[in-house]
Amino acid sequence: MHELSICQSLLDQARQIADQNKAGIETIVVLIGPLSGVEAPLLAQAFSIARQAAGFPDTELEIELSSVRIRCRQCGSESKVPNNALLCGSCQSWRVELISGDEMILKSLVLIEKPAVMVKAG
Amino acid sequence: MCETCGCTITPGNAHLVTDEGHLAHTKDGKASIEVLSSLLHENNHMAAHNREHFNRHNVLALNLMSSPGSGKTALLEATIKALGSKYRIGVVEGDLETENDAQRIRAQGVPAVQITTGQACHLDAHMVHDALHELDLGSLDIVFIENVGNLVCPASFDLGHHANITLLSVTEGDDKPAKYPVMFRGSDLVLLTKSDLLEYLDDFDTQKAKNHVRHLANAAPVLTLSSRREETLKPWFNWLDAMVKAHQKNQNIAPTMQPDGMALHSASTS
Repeated sequence: MHELSICQSLLDQARQIADQNKAGIETIVVLIGPLSGVEAPLLAQAFSIARQAAGFPDTELEIELSSVRIRCRQCGSESKVPNNALLCGSCQSWRVELISGDEMILKSLVLIEKPAVMVKAG
Repeated sequence: MCETCGCTITPGNAHLVTDEGHLAHTKDGKASIEVLSSLLHENNHMAAHNREHFNRHNVLALNLMSSPGSGKTALLEATIKALGSKYRIGVVEGDLETENDAQRIRAQGVPAVQITTGQACHLDAHMVHDALHELDLGSLDIVFIENVGNLVCPASFDLGHHANITLLSVTEGDDKPAKYPVMFRGSDLVLLTKSDLLEYLDDFDTQKAKNHVRHLANAAPVLTLSSRREETLKPWFNWLDAMVKAHQKNQNIAPTMQPDGMALHSASTS
C-alpha cells in the first residue's frame, strides 16, 4: 500500500504550490497510467485519509486515467495494448516503445482564494 | 535528473508540457495551475542527490528486488564470497523487521546497514539516504541495496541507484513477469534463481519466463542461476564486471525506466 506514501508526497508538493500562490486548494488533478504501479481506487482511498492528516479536508482528488499505447520500432504502427503484453498490434514485435501508460503525474491544481485572507488592492 | 517532468513524460503526453498557459483561469474565476511533475517529486529529488553521492565516490549502486524468499540475501552471500577480494562491497538491507539479513552479510566480512521499515512495503530515497550516512562510500566499489521483499511497491521508487535487478525464483512460477508488469518492465537484469531446483519442478519453463519479460518490451538479460552452484554464477559476475566498467566510463547510468521522459527533460533544459 505505497499509495499512502505517494499521497503524502503529492499533498506536500501541492501545499508548496498553494503557499507560493497564497491560495487554498479546491481540486488536485493527477494523471495515472496502468504501468505506473499506482492503483487509482487505492490512490483515491489513500487520499481521503491523507488529506485529513495534511490539513486539506475539503480538497478533492480528480484522477485521469491513461491507457497503455505503444509504437513499434520495427513497423512504426501504434497500438493500444494490455498492461502485460506490449506487442505490436500489426507485426507482433516486442521491440516497441511506450508512448503512454506509465504516467504518475501531478497535472494541475485548482486554487481558490483563502477565505480568511483579505488582499488589499493597490 | 528530472525534477520538473518527473521522468514520466512520454511522447503520448508531451503536448501537455509544451502547451502554453502555465496558469489558466476557469470560467468561475478560480485559478487552475498546471504543475506536471511526478507524484514522487520529493523522492526523485532525493534519489538524484543519492546518485550524485554514489558517483562522487565512484560507487556503483544496484537495487535488488523480488518477492520475499527468492534468494536475494543468498545471492549476495555467494557474490561476496566469490568477488569479495576483487570489489569492496557494501550492503543496505531493507526489511519490515529484524537485523537478520544484515547480520548474514556482516558474517561475510563486509559492512551492512539494516533499514527496518516498520509497516512500509518498500524502501524510498530518504531511507536510503539516511542509511548511506552509516557507510563509508570512499572505501567501497559496489553498494547493493536489498529492497523489501515485494514485487509491487518497490518498483515505483527511485533510490538513486544505477540499475534494477529483479530476482524470480523458479519455485514462484514462470508467469510472474506477466502478473507484475510494472516491476519486470523496469528491470535492467532479471535473475531466475534457485535453478538447482529446476529438476524437481515440471511447471517452470525458463524460456517462458524470458518471453514474458520480452512481452513487456524489455530487452534486459535474463540469466538462470543458483547461489548454491558457483559454476552457474559466471554470467552474473560478467554482468557485474561490465556494469562496473560502464559506470566508470559514464556515470550518467540510471535505471532504464523512462528514457523518453529523460530525453524530453534534457531537451527542454538545453
